[in-house]
Amino acid sequence: MDITVNILLTIATAATPLLVAAIGELVVERSGVLNLGVEGMMIMGAVAGFGAGYLTGSPWLGLLAAIVVGALFSLLFAFMTLTLATNQVATGLSLTLLGLGVSGMLGTGFVGLPGQRLPNLYIPVLSDLPVVGKLLFGQDPVFYISILLTLGVAWFLFRTRTGLTLRSIGDSHGSAHALGIHVIRYRYLAVLFGGGCAGLAGGQLSLVYTPQWVENMSAGRGWIALALVVFASWRPLRALAGAYIFGLIWIGQLHVQAIDLQQFTGAPWLLYKTIELLKSLPSQYLAMLPYLATVVVLVLISRNKRLTMMNTPASLGQPFVPDR
Amino acid sequence: MKRLLIALMTTAAALSMAVTAEAQEKLKACWVYVGPIGDFGYSYQHDQGRLEVEKELGDKVETAYLENISEGPDAERAFERLAREGCKVIFGTSFGFMDSELKVAKKFPDIKFEHATGYKTLDNLGVYNARFYEGRYVMGQIAAKMSKKGVAGYIVSFPIPEVVMGINAFLLGAQSINPDFKLKIVWVNSWFDPGKEADAAKALFDQGADIITQHTDSTAALQVAEERGLLGFGQSSDMIKFAPKAQLTSNTDNWGPYYVGRLKAVLDGTWKSDNVWLGIKDDAVKLAPFTNMPDDVKKMAEDTEKKIAGGWNPFTGPIAKQDGTPWLKDGEVADDGTLLGMNFYVKGVDDKLPQ
Repeated sequence: MDITVNILLTIATAATPLLVAAIGELVVERSGVLNLGVEGMMIMGAVAGFGAGYLTGSPWLGLLAAIVVGALFSLLFAFMTLTLATNQVATGLSLTLLGLGVSGMLGTGFVGLPGQRLPNLYIPVLSDLPVVGKLLFGQDPVFYISILLTLGVAWFLFRTRTGLTLRSIGDSHGSAHALGIHVIRYRYLAVLFGGGCAGLAGGQLSLVYTPQWVENMSAGRGWIALALVVFASWRPLRALAGAYIFGLIWIGQLHVQAIDLQQFTGAPWLLYKTIELLKSLPSQYLAMLPYLATVVVLVLISRNKRLTMMNTPASLGQPFVPDR
Repeated sequence: MKRLLIALMTTAAALSMAVTAEAQEKLKACWVYVGPIGDFGYSYQHDQGRLEVEKELGDKVETAYLENISEGPDAERAFERLAREGCKVIFGTSFGFMDSELKVAKKFPDIKFEHATGYKTLDNLGVYNARFYEGRYVMGQIAAKMSKKGVAGYIVSFPIPEVVMGINAFLLGAQSINPDFKLKIVWVNSWFDPGKEADAAKALFDQGADIITQHTDSTAALQVAEERGLLGFGQSSDMIKFAPKAQLTSNTDNWGPYYVGRLKAVLDGTWKSDNVWLGIKDDAVKLAPFTNMPDDVKKMAEDTEKKIAGGWNPFTGPIAKQDGTPWLKDGEVADDGTLLGMNFYVKGVDDKLPQ
């Protein structure tokens, strides 16, 4: 039982940064803006989180700094694409490159220093319960934030008037503008929110996942988050499912490599054969599995073409210049 | 006549001044790194070597470096740029730079090139490498002594000879203490992804290992060991600050003495292209202080280290391959060529080598 709990905890830690960054980007894209700079904002959040945590001695201030720096960094993107109406794809890509470079430079002094770790939640009695105690009441704070964030964004987008307005801007910024909605202001706020989320995801990396600073430590997680948004057809709960399927297979394939097949001699035939087959696969294929499985599952979920079309923000990626 | 003499004398003086200026001009030495110097691992250690050069040779040299250079066509441009910028000695520090560096070295015969971990040489291109497997053998012995369950976890990146050699050496070391010692191997298919390395470490611990080692570049796995109150080894750098209660020792690369020696040779004109494979005895592979272990284990580790420094090779027979076929006869020592191309496991490894 202990091992199952441990595996579930590991999956949650691996899925959380993907989920947080994906939820942020989902809001941005729902407003009709495509920000490919997630990786860059994430790594800026990671360096800011580590730095602030290290300098002040408080991982909480570190987490706050990660969010703020992520948001500030996205402001650069917002100014370029929204005020100056530059190409969103090119600007987003350069934001990623810039973030990777700047974070490396800012982080030079932090290399090789042990960092602060955000403490896990501890509620007397509840956290000590067997199995559920650790899973429900004993995880790190970012895990709880990520779940609340997902539910909050789902509620906001589909149950509030402001959410409806945001979606309408994403579908047709021209019409929204004609109705007197301040398109640019909404988009600024959406991009800032996305930046804050990406920063938070980065903070999770350097304050929870692996409390340290090294260059490029996000290792492509921003790109996975971006892909999750599309495959989840811009629905928050599907993004949650996607992040956790990815995490499950990601962790599962490592366990498959480490597991002893002999342990399963008495197990059901199918289970034994599955593990035997997985163990015989070269590790390169195993490493591919999380990506493959996530895409397949999310494509199956969103196979209703009409619904997917409805969920795709129609103005995604198009610059908007108010003409009058 | 007198005027001519003065003119001649001034010319001579000017000339001799020019000559001294020439002689005092600094030797420019340059490095090309595959990763960021902030990786606290492989590239970081090479850069520590560069800093040692600056400290040791002071104002006789001037150094420069390019970091994060990917292997392939990009690398060729990097080497060419340094050659044109007046570098007199250029060190390429990654295996994958081999052909790019070779090409540029042919174009600039007056510049001295050195390539780490490769095997192609020219009159102006030498190669150097370190016998990391020596340190791994010692680590294997420590693991066998310290592990309660007799199972170690090993996180690895890619199935290249360097990595396979490390796995084999570690297991041979462990088997020399406990013949039944087990190794669980997880391939993460990346040199550098701290998150994934941490996940792999957690998986290995959950599956029954109680000691961890890795051939990937970050401190993440060791930090997991520290959190769980278990033990592990560092890699490339001394990582004791990240795991004061978990690190037993660390297999560190120490390139400084080699770089200083080679540049001194350039300065006094004795540099020649050669092919060296340095180890513990040359101080190029250095084990970080032995910590978190009882004195007798420490003593054993130090003795093995001395034995290796004295010229003993961990790959000394009898050793059988994974399938049981004999590889080395009793007392036979593996030759460097076989080691550098190692693509098979020794007996006792419970894993299929990805091809």
